[in-house]
Order: sequence, then C-alpha cells, then structure tokens
Amino acid sequence: MSLLEFKNMTVEFPTRRGVFTAVQDVSLSVDPGEILGVVGESGAGKSTIGNAVIGLLEPPGRLAGGEIYLKGSRIDNLDEDALRAIRGKRIGMIFQDPLTSLDPLQTVEQQLMETIQLHLKQNDEEARASAVSLLDRVGIPDPKIRIKQYPHQFSGGMRQRVVIALALCADPEVIIADEPTTALDVSIQAQILELMRELCRERSVGMILITHDMGVIADVTDRVAVMYRSRLVEEGPTEKILGDPDHDYTKSLISAVPRPDVRLARFPVVEYIESAGDRRDSIDVATHWLGAGQTESGGETMLRVEDLHVRFLTKFSFLKKNRIYLDAVDRVSFDIRQGEVFGLVGESGSGKSTIARAIAGLYKPAGGHIHFAGADLTEVRTESEMDRYRRQMQMIFQDPFSSLNPRMKVLDIVAEPIRFHGLASGGAETRQIVMDLLEHVGLGAEAARKYPHEFSGGQRQRISIARALATRPRFLICDEPTSALDVSIQAQILNLLKDLQEELGLTMLFISHDLPVIRQMCDRVGVMRHGKLLEVAETETLFESPQHEYSQHLLDLMPRLEVLSHELIAGLEMAD
Amino acid sequence: MITYIARRMLQALVVMAAVSFISFSLFNYVGDPVDNMVGQEATLEDRQRIREVLGLEDPFFVQYARFMQNALQGEFGLSYRTKRSVTEMIAERIPATLELVFVSALIALGLGIPLGVFTGINRTSWISKAVLTVSLVGVSLPTFIIGISLIYIFAVNMGVLPSSGRAGTVELGGWKTSLLTVDGWRSILLPALTLSLFQVTMILRLVRAEMLEIMRTDFIKFARARGLPENRINYNHALKNTLVPVITIIGLNIGGLIAFSLITETVFQWPGTGLMFIQAVDFVDVPIMAAYLCFVALIFVTINLVVDILYFVIDPRLRAEGGH
Amino acid sequence: MAVQQDEKKPGLWARLNDNDIAYSFFHSPIAMAAAFVTALIVLSSFGAPLIAPFDPFDPAQISLWDGKKPPAWEVGGDPAYLLGTDNQGRDMLSTILYGGRISLLVGFAAVFLGMFLGVALGVISGYVGGWFETVIMRLADIQLTIPGILTAILINGILRSVLPPDLRDEMAIYVVILAIGLSDWPQFARVARGATLVEAKKEYIQAARVIGLRPALVMARHIVPNVMRPVLVLATIGLALAIISEATLSFLGQGVPPTTPSLGTLIRVGNEYLFSGLWWITFFPAIALVVLVLAVNLLGDWLRDTLNPKLR
Repeated sequence: MSLLEFKNMTVEFPTRRGVFTAVQDVSLSVDPGEILGVVGESGAGKSTIGNAVIGLLEPPGRLAGGEIYLKGSRIDNLDEDALRAIRGKRIGMIFQDPLTSLDPLQTVEQQLMETIQLHLKQNDEEARASAVSLLDRVGIPDPKIRIKQYPHQFSGGMRQRVVIALALCADPEVIIADEPTTALDVSIQAQILELMRELCRERSVGMILITHDMGVIADVTDRVAVMYRSRLVEEGPTEKILGDPDHDYTKSLISAVPRPDVRLARFPVVEYIESAGDRRDSIDVATHWLGAGQTESGGETMLRVEDLHVRFLTKFSFLKKNRIYLDAVDRVSFDIRQGEVFGLVGESGSGKSTIARAIAGLYKPAGGHIHFAGADLTEVRTESEMDRYRRQMQMIFQDPFSSLNPRMKVLDIVAEPIRFHGLASGGAETRQIVMDLLEHVGLGAEAARKYPHEFSGGQRQRISIARALATRPRFLICDEPTSALDVSIQAQILNLLKDLQEELGLTMLFISHDLPVIRQMCDRVGVMRHGKLLEVAETETLFESPQHEYSQHLLDLMPRLEVLSHELIAGLEMAD
Repeated sequence: MITYIARRMLQALVVMAAVSFISFSLFNYVGDPVDNMVGQEATLEDRQRIREVLGLEDPFFVQYARFMQNALQGEFGLSYRTKRSVTEMIAERIPATLELVFVSALIALGLGIPLGVFTGINRTSWISKAVLTVSLVGVSLPTFIIGISLIYIFAVNMGVLPSSGRAGTVELGGWKTSLLTVDGWRSILLPALTLSLFQVTMILRLVRAEMLEIMRTDFIKFARARGLPENRINYNHALKNTLVPVITIIGLNIGGLIAFSLITETVFQWPGTGLMFIQAVDFVDVPIMAAYLCFVALIFVTINLVVDILYFVIDPRLRAEGGH
Repeated sequence: MAVQQDEKKPGLWARLNDNDIAYSFFHSPIAMAAAFVTALIVLSSFGAPLIAPFDPFDPAQISLWDGKKPPAWEVGGDPAYLLGTDNQGRDMLSTILYGGRISLLVGFAAVFLGMFLGVALGVISGYVGGWFETVIMRLADIQLTIPGILTAILINGILRSVLPPDLRDEMAIYVVILAIGLSDWPQFARVARGATLVEAKKEYIQAARVIGLRPALVMARHIVPNVMRPVLVLATIGLALAIISEATLSFLGQGVPPTTPSLGTLIRVGNEYLFSGLWWITFFPAIALVVLVLAVNLLGDWLRDTLNPKLR
C-alpha cells in the first residue's frame, strides 16, 4: 500500500470560454521516504496536482474525477473539517516564495507554536521546545534567539528553512513542495534541496517535489513523473526517465536541456512541442538592408571596459558623507573582441546585469571608462553624438512579458528604432524592413499587425530580437535572454541567437546565471561575485580547469546531469 | 525610533509653517485691513497713521515674524464682523465641533469596521451583498442631502427631533457640553447621524478591500495548508495584518469628519467652528478664515502624527527600519 | 485582398465577446443600467436647449404667477409644468436639465484639470525621481490626508475672497472648477506615479532608452498610455466626487450663483421652502443629483472590478 496515491485525477477550471482541464486522468503514488518529482513546463498542470491533493484549489477549480488515498483511506470526498485535520498534520506543503509565505506581523515562534499546538496538543513549554529543536534541525543557527524574530529579519534562504520547519512541525507523513527552490540562488538552492532530502530519509516522509528544473529532478528525486499539457506522459525511476526515456516528449525535453559537460554546435530542436520558427532564410543578408551596416570596421577590440564602477544610493541623506552606497560593480575591467561572444556569469546580485545596463547607458557609472567602437562613452557629452553609438549597440532583455509595450502593435515596436534613427527612407521602406526582420527571426510578416499579448513567451522574445536588430547593431547585449523561458523554447531562441551572430558577424555580451547555457553560447567567460570580476577565461578552459575557487564552487553546484542519455543526444546530433 | 518620529515632527512643522504663510498672505493681501477698521470717511493721513501703528509699512518678513509670534500665542486679532477676539470665538465653538465629531466617529467606526470585516470574510453571503449595495448608495448620497432628508423626516414630518441648533448645553469647567442632557442628545442625534453615515460606508468599503487584499496573500494560503482553522486565519492572521492600513483609515475618517462637519454644521445651524468659517467666507472675515486654516491644519497634523506613531507600534518591519 | 481580410475577421459581436471588458459589461445588468442612466442624463442635460419645455433663463417665459406650482399629478398642479415650478415660476424639469448641465460641466472640467495635473506631475515624478519627486509627492501626501471636499472649500473660500466682490458671481464657476480640480490632483498623481514606477522598471522602457528615445518621448509614447487604466477608473469615481463637491459648494452658497443654477444651487434655494411644504423644489433636483452620482459610481465600481481583476 502506498503512502499517498491518486487514481485518475482530473481537475477542471470552468471559464466563460469553456471548461479548462488543468489535470487530466493522472494517477501517481508516493512511498514513505521517497521523493517523487513532478516535472513539466509552464502550464503543464503540475502545481494544480499539489493543490488538489490537499483540497486547496483556487476557485473555480474543482476535482472533477478520480480518487485520492492517504494510507489506503480515501480523502478526496472528506468534508472541510476533516480535510483541515489532514492539512499540516498529515500532509505538509511548501510554497515557492519564502518572502511571502510567512505572516509578517507574527514572530517565527508564534507561527510555529500555533501550528504545533493545533496539531500536537502540546502545552506551551513542550511546543516551544519542539519549535526550537525543529529550527535547529533545519539548520538555523542560534534557534533560541532567532525564534523570537520576525520573518523580515531572516534572509531568503533562512526563511525557506523556516517554511520547511513549519511544514514539518506536526510530523506529517507526506510533504508537497511546489517549486521550493526556484526563488533562491544556486548555492542556497543546493543546501535547501540537500536538507529536504535528508529530512525525507530520516523521518520516512514521502515527498512530491514539483519543479520545472531538470537539474533539481536529477539531483534529489527517486522517481519522476513527466507532465505535458495536463497529462502524465511518462513515469518511472529517475535514472530510467532521464537516461532512457520512452516518450517522444520526454526525449525532446531532455535533449533541450543545456548540457554542462559538452559543447554542442546547435541545440537539438524540440519539434514535439511547438512548431519552432523553422528557418527562415527568407532574405540574403549580404545584399539586404540588414547586412548593410556590417562593413564599418572598429579594429580588433569592440568593447573595452576599464575600472568600471557603478554604485547605487541605498540610504539618502542631505549630508553627502552620511549617504550609504552599494557598490554594484566594483572596478571591473575586460575586453570584448570583434565577433566573439563574451559571457558574464554569477549569482543574483553579483552585478552582471548592472554592467550590461551601464554599457547600454541605462546607468551612469560612478567611475571608469567604456570604450566602444573607438570612443569613450563616458566622455560623450551630447545626446546626438551618443545616438551614433546607441545605434550600433542594442540589448535583448530577460522578461518577454514586460519587454514589449503592450499598447503598441508589433509593427510600431520594431519600427521605432528605425524611425528614431532615420534608417529608412520612408514609411513603405520601414514597413518592408520590419516584415523582413520578423520573417528573419522566425515569425511571419503578418505578426506586424498584431499586439504583443497575442504571442507566446518565445515568440515575444523573437520580436525583441527583431527590435534589437532594427538599428543594424554590431554589438548585442543579451541579459539573461532565456531564463524566463521553458527549456524547449530556450533551445530555439539560443539557436536563433547563434545563427544571427554568425550571419551578421555580431559581437555579443551574453549574461546568464546558468552555466550550461554559458558553455553552449560563449567563447570567453567572466565570473562575477559581489560586484567584482574574479576570473576571465576561454569557456572550455574555465569548465575544464577553473582558476578561482569561487568558479570551482559554482561549477560544483551545477546539477549533475550525467544520468542524461548520451546516446539520445548523440543520436539527435546525427539526425540534425 | 527617535529619528523616525523626529522626521515626522519636522515634516509637521514644515506643513504648519506653510499653512501659516498662506494665512498670513490672506491677512495681508485680501482686502485692506485698514478699510475694515475705519469708516469710509477716514482721511488718507489717518489711514497712513493707522498703517504705521499696525506695522503694515514694515518689511514683509518683519510682518510675517510678528504674525507668527502672535499666532504661536494663539492670537489672531479681531474679527472684522463682530470685532471680537478671533481666538475667543474659536475657543467658544470648539466644544460643539469636537462633540459632534466624537459622537459621529463612535457611530462610524462602531458600524464601519465590523461591517467591513464581516463583508470581507463572508464574501458570498447575501447579507454582505446587501450591505455592499446599500453602501454604494451611501457613498453616492451627498452629506447635505442626508441632512435635509433627516430634517424633513424627523423634524418636519414627524416632529420628534429638533431641526437645528444645539440645545441643552451644560457648562463643565469651561467646556460647554451637550452630552449630559436629554435635550442635548436630541439635538446632536441628527447632525451626528448625518455626519457619520457617509463615513460608515467609506470605512466599510476600505476595510473590506484591505481584508480581501490580505486574504489573497501567500501566507494566508500557507496558513490554510497548515490546517489552521478558518477563524484563526481570519482573526489572528488576516485581521491583524489588516489593522495596519485600518489605522490610516481611522485617521482619514476623523479627518473626514472634521471636513464634513463644515457641511453638517451649516445644514443644522450647529454652532461649531465649521459654520463660523462658512459665515466668515460670506463676509470675507479674513482673521477668522486665517485662524480657522491654522486650526484645521493643526488638527490634521496631530492626527497624522498619531497615526504615524501607531504604525510604528504595530508593524515590526517599520520598527526594524527605524531602529537601524 | 481587403475583402478576404474582412472575411477572416470575426464579426463584431464575436470580437466584443472576446474582449474581456466588453464581455463583462454586457453580462453585468448593473453596469449596463448605470451606463444607460448616465448616458441619458448626460445627453438630456447637454441637449437641454433642445428638449427642455422652457428656457428658465429667458425672463419672457417666466411669470411669478406660475410660481410654486406643485407637480402635475398633485392637487393644483398644471400639466404644462410636469414637476411643478419653483418660487420664481420657473419650470422645475427645465431648471433641472439646465442645472444638470452645469453640474456635469463643472464635474468634467474639474476632473479633467485634476487628472491632467496629477498625471503629468505623477508620471514625471515617477520617471525622473530626485528632488522633484520628493517635493511633489510630499506635497501630495500632505494634501491627501486632508479630505478633498475640505481642500476644495478652503481653496474656494480663499479664491473668492481674493476676487473683487463684483466679479465673484461671474467667475464663480471657474473658481469652483479650479478649487475642485486642485483638491483632486494628489489622487491622480499618486496613482500615476505608482503605475509609472511599475512601468518604468519594465524592460520595454529600458529598450526604448537603449534605442535612444529622450525622456519626454519615453513618457509620452510609452508610459502615459500604459498608466491610463487605473487613472480612468479613478477619473470615473472622481467625476462622482466632483459632482458632489460642486453641489456641496453650491449648497453652502459658495459655488455657482442662483442666476445660473446648478443642481446644488437648486437644492439650496429649495431648502428654504422645505418647511412651508413646497417639497418638490428640493426633492426633484436632489433625486436627479443622487441618481446621477449613483449611476457614475456604479459605473466606476464596475470599471474598477473589471480592469483590476486582482480585486474580484
């Protein structure tokens, strides 16, 4: 008998445009001490499963079919009171965002004791003792002191530990963790996953771990269930699923995961998922407007950053000496050669995006120099002179949902830089260029008439790329261009960027927190931490023999994906 | 903590200085103060002499300093119309206004907050829906129309309550109160109801909106997932978090009562400060207007200061920021 | 080609059905009724010269003999005057239509003034920041703690006393618009600034800057269109408040003079006859005012719920 089991679960959300089935006919089970991973891309229905098990579906969602058993007794037909007795007591839940999961006005102690006393009927003394030992167990130093504090006094990782303590405090038999580490930095993520794994083992808790991250799956789960469009496509032991998947979707999904261990020329295209903007060679770059800007030469070095220093005011004071600054970028120097892809990698807050924005002119540096195309941008005084350099340098942003103005048609979005810089002779030519650009990035020309909301995330990122190309830049800054996308879409966009870079001879600054992506994309890499550039090396050299100990540390944290099928990748490569 | 409050105090002082500046400008540039003191027949020399005696020929900042000095001692000169001390006139009328505001605040908060919490928790019950519909009508009823209607129903038609004025006052250590006699309560009932009705609907809707906002947060969802009972979630977690904005709402409410007391006092001829101001505007009685401006500003600055300090007491996040 | 395109396009009804706002509108009887009543009042007020039975401002059409007549269905009523006449013999229905026009005019103008000022200051504050933002938003915060109606009364009072007495009635309508508009702007500024801060962080604004657009253009082309949703919700609710404020000022005798009465002025005048039993002189303008404000409020409420699905 399984610990938790559901059979033929179907969850529906009635909307005015018809019934949306979020989960269809899914059967799964989890045993004590086992971690079951549920993996899938956004919208696959994986989070809905977790909410459905404990009867907390957001209205108007409802369990339309199936049965849920906890230790053999059926729980999906229980009334609200009986369900409440199960929540927290027998099934614990961990949510994604530790910053908002705790009541800001109550101390950690109050929240822990409230839950412990509710479920375990302990007196104050006992409850307090349990709470302290629990905090100690989840790795919070000085638990006796920290327990008296409010949530805002803890860091993100520490807060997630508190959340885990709260989920565990009544000794539940099952824990459902919904993207528990997605909001955390890589190094913290590894610690939290480790903790969760240990706790599962030592307390014989069964865990359902819901995530989109193959790395997390490979690291901690015993079994995996793969979800695609509300359905369960495949389920089995982790090694089997990752190493030798049966289903086409799983194969595509795994092949799209950027590999940390080898560099591939191109990502295998995931045809199963979305008819990928299949090529495209609609225009001949050599003779087209788009290629016309490429003849200007700027010497060997495209960009030289010298002692770049960017700081933000964190506490204002009227007295200059009392103002407190944060050094987001602390005297960083590097060169980017003509035609290369230079990567910057680091955890959040390391200053890598700040460098990008300072180069693009979005932040004003406090010191240092940015030499671009033969000029020192920090010395340029007039806007019109600056426009000359802006034209040659464009940027692609992270979030496809906020990087396009929702009130403008795609035509106007892509045409804006052309019109602003006066790059076309008239309305008709502008229009034609926009259509060509859209074709070239793998969208049809008819996209021009639509608004951004009519497109998916990957398509929007293509629009962003078209806009960036519309000034005929020689230098492209890509700031985490795919970190908001599902892996399958990510593969397409990265391929597109690679192709464009070769065709147009673009120079690129590629920023990412994701080492495998960096390995696939970049010629040279810089590693950043706390605003400082620790090491710059050829990509392959860095991955094979990192010099700085922090680089080593980051590489160690990379999810071990050896289990991934090598034959599969090799096969796909040959087919490509 | 100290810097936080000090900063708020400083801000309050800036506001008071700005308002006093407006008052002073009113004093000096609206009409000719001399005209209001002497008759039409006074000669030019007489006027000039009076101007000199009054210091009206002094440099601007000297005059302003003198005005401030007097204002700080609560001295705003004589009313143009009654020729009595403005300070005395205001002092006489303060009890009427404050008692009206006090009784209205009791009604408004006593009804508004519980109704807001109730409709926030029981979103789908038909009582909530009825209360909300009625409250929207309430928001749409101008205060003066409520006043007129109440007068028409209870004074004109039924004749059970007085239509205007403040009866049955008792002197209590220099404070004329109407809360100690039946007549007093009879006369304050209609104005206080009028004044509070709009506020009840306002408070109700604001508290409900806050409640709904909190109910959508992750920590409420997490509390549910831990199996906490609904009552505990509603009252221990949601309500406590709602309390922070509710304090602002109470502050705004008392401010609103002061503001609308102008209208209510006019409708009911209630002898408070608001009615005095409206009459002063009619007669361009500048000293009273200037003094009332400073008086109202002082009340609002005090309310805001109290609200800020209360925030500080309730919200640990704010305490932490202030402490660093 | 054009024909083909038309064929591909779904019909008007289908497109409306697909649009969430239109869908919500056509499925909310309250919103539809409120819109209908608002439209009816707005149209009939602005069309008053065409549809009103009398012109209350034409002395030739007014006679004191016809004064104080009750509504047509009461004893002593005159069928020519459906809702009766006021103390001067003016037809109540006509004065209400003309009065409604002034109330609406003042309301729209005041809201527009407040919205224009508030959005301009709020967007600049949010986008440019620095001392400009500090000063403007502090000012707005302070003014926000004082209820709008009080600010309007105070500003109105001060402006009136600054004006020479013989201009007071003539300028009254502009003074009222200015007073209400000035009392209104902080709301708009706060909402516009809040929305601007959210938008300015979004990457399409940074993309526009990387292209090279100057701040004025970024604000006008990219930010303003994207902050207008909450502003429009506020403007609708603000219209109801502005109409109430105008009526209140006029009722207090500080607003629009009896020579060109608004609804508030009519209620003030009628109030003097309430005790002598001439209830209709107050009652009908008051009903007109309340119905108008209620309809606009209902519309604003629906708009807020629809445009801000978070609050549903």
